[in-house]
Amino acid sequence: MNGKHSLRNNILLGLGFALMVAALYMVFIYVPTDKYTGIVQRIFYFHVPVAWVSFLAFFITFVFSILYLWKREVKWDAIACTSAEIGVVFTTLVLITGPIWAKPVWGVWWTWDARLTTSLVLWLIYVAYLLVRNFATEPARGARFSAVIGIVGFIDVPIVFLTVNLWRTQHPTAIIFEGGLTTPMLITLLVCIAAFTVLYVLLTIQGANLKSMETDVNRLRNTQAE
Amino acid sequence: MNKLFIRILVIFWKDMLTELRTKEVITSVLVFALLVLVIFNFAFGMRADGMEFVAPGILWVALTFGGVLGFNRIFAVEKENSRLEGLMLCPVDRAVIYWGKLAGGFTFMLAVAIVITPIFLALFNLPLFLPKLALIIVLAIIGFAAVGTLFSAVAVNTRARDIMLPILFLPVVVPVVIAAVKATVPVLAGKSWGDILTWLQIMIAFDIIYLVVATLVFEFVLEE
Amino acid sequence: MNEKNKASSSWAIEARGVTKLFGDRHALRGIDLRVSRGEHLVIFGPNGAGKTTLVKILSTLVKPSSGSVWLDGINIRDKPVQIRRKISLVSHQTFLYDDLTVYENLKFYGKMYDVPNLEQQIHEVISWVQLESRINDRVGTLSHGLQQRASIARAVLHNPSILFLDEPEVGLDPHASNMIRDMLGSINAGNRTVVMTTHNLERGLELGDSIVILDRGKIVYQTPRSELSKANFQYIYDRYTEIGK
Repeated sequence: MNGKHSLRNNILLGLGFALMVAALYMVFIYVPTDKYTGIVQRIFYFHVPVAWVSFLAFFITFVFSILYLWKREVKWDAIACTSAEIGVVFTTLVLITGPIWAKPVWGVWWTWDARLTTSLVLWLIYVAYLLVRNFATEPARGARFSAVIGIVGFIDVPIVFLTVNLWRTQHPTAIIFEGGLTTPMLITLLVCIAAFTVLYVLLTIQGANLKSMETDVNRLRNTQAE
Repeated sequence: MNKLFIRILVIFWKDMLTELRTKEVITSVLVFALLVLVIFNFAFGMRADGMEFVAPGILWVALTFGGVLGFNRIFAVEKENSRLEGLMLCPVDRAVIYWGKLAGGFTFMLAVAIVITPIFLALFNLPLFLPKLALIIVLAIIGFAAVGTLFSAVAVNTRARDIMLPILFLPVVVPVVIAAVKATVPVLAGKSWGDILTWLQIMIAFDIIYLVVATLVFEFVLEE
Repeated sequence: MNEKNKASSSWAIEARGVTKLFGDRHALRGIDLRVSRGEHLVIFGPNGAGKTTLVKILSTLVKPSSGSVWLDGINIRDKPVQIRRKISLVSHQTFLYDDLTVYENLKFYGKMYDVPNLEQQIHEVISWVQLESRINDRVGTLSHGLQQRASIARAVLHNPSILFLDEPEVGLDPHASNMIRDMLGSINAGNRTVVMTTHNLERGLELGDSIVILDRGKIVYQTPRSELSKANFQYIYDRYTEIGK
């Protein structure tokens, strides 16, 4: 990593840290407790940004999968793969925080509403992406196949969302908020979204760099041995 | 254009001839689908009432899982004797191979559906002549085959060949399954076209999108 | 046109800087090769040298990691479909469908290659490999030697101008092996270019016009056959594959 990248990474790190601190302050101190659902509502400020990042991550995987199939540069594949790994973690968090929030509020662990169901399908597609890499007979094949999954799977996500939405309009949906978002809630939410997005970007850059370095080291090691 | 079509037909002819000789895939899938129908019936307690809510699901589980079983075979057969390489050496676009295999996969699933559906309708004491159901089945099968053929080519080149296909296939076809089941319910209850129109539209959109995407992406699966 | 894309069409096969990586392992490194029309080239090399990989790249089955290949003056990256009409591959895998008869297999490939006068061509090719008596038998019922003959029939059915053979005699008993040798002796009638890989030194020397030794992904020696006798070739082979160790 050259000096230019270090500077960029340090700026991101600083920004991310600052945003996280601000987010924590705002979620636990600044924003008033929701009068309808109580303290547990604060999970919302975690759940929504994490859900946003999980979709963003898959979009990035989609874009870099296309780039990889087109240009075949290993660094594109490293970004796509890292983004998928981070994405699956974030999606898992969505699937955990969703029920934690839903149970005290609506009395059920799970509702098959469009957002949660799409997150579940997204999780399954991420897992398929990672498993294909794992079970491929060679790394180059794994990269190619998973790029195909990254593209085909991403296209499915909006279709799933629309279909489940259509299905659910035939059933009463749980209402998330009585009375909508007040200004302090909105600001808090936006800060949290920003914080988690920066976190995602940092993790992806680091992870992708690590993978690229691994590939370089392996290549050098193999050339040495020959 | 004509030549493309001929070659797709040739691949289709070759697969049909092989299957007619051995009949191994169709028999195993038919038996499996039948078993699913029966077991699910028992699993739901064999109640006479409320069955109209459960029955469509049972049919589609049988068809979906039967499909998974059958689609694996589409490219597994080309692994022996390195036949896939023989195909790849032919002077054709890789997409032609996809469409040739797709035709076979679709026909195969159609054959399964033609046998299973009347049995299903009879077992649940439903009317046998349902053209709307036929349309739903055809549209759904197109979607299944479009995705299943593509993923069969991927799965067959991995180490966990048999488990990889369902893992790839099932999440992606969720919209088709939802739409198919939701459309089947009103049809079995004798409702009109208006009730199922949106679901048909979803299936048609899915089919077109995935046929196009799979055609574009297929060459990347085959290349080395 | 820059140097990279220019290739003289007087060569049947031209490879420049062909490299292939599998993961981090180099299977081929900087292969430069030229084969004239009608030439019969034999590629020797120990196991793992990269012979099969090289043949697969030249026959368009595998893409090189870097470098270019021209067949009959056409870059295989530009017009792969057009080129495949003119080439063919025989390996120890037959590419045949066991549940279909020899005739049906040939009909299938004939249609895929758009062979004119297909019926006639099928019968010609079948009699050349001497399989007339088994033409309507399922390929799965044939012995390996006969299957290999059927595979050769498949390969020459569309009259390719370039034929690749990847260790064609592997797994064959001596009788079948001799049959193949006799067939291969006449196979470049009509100015067909032939590239064959083998690790059978005797066979290769009998059949080749020129020779290349491949070791660990590199060409370590090449010469036209006329300048070699069997005795000194054995010596050369051992020496050159020793150097790599």
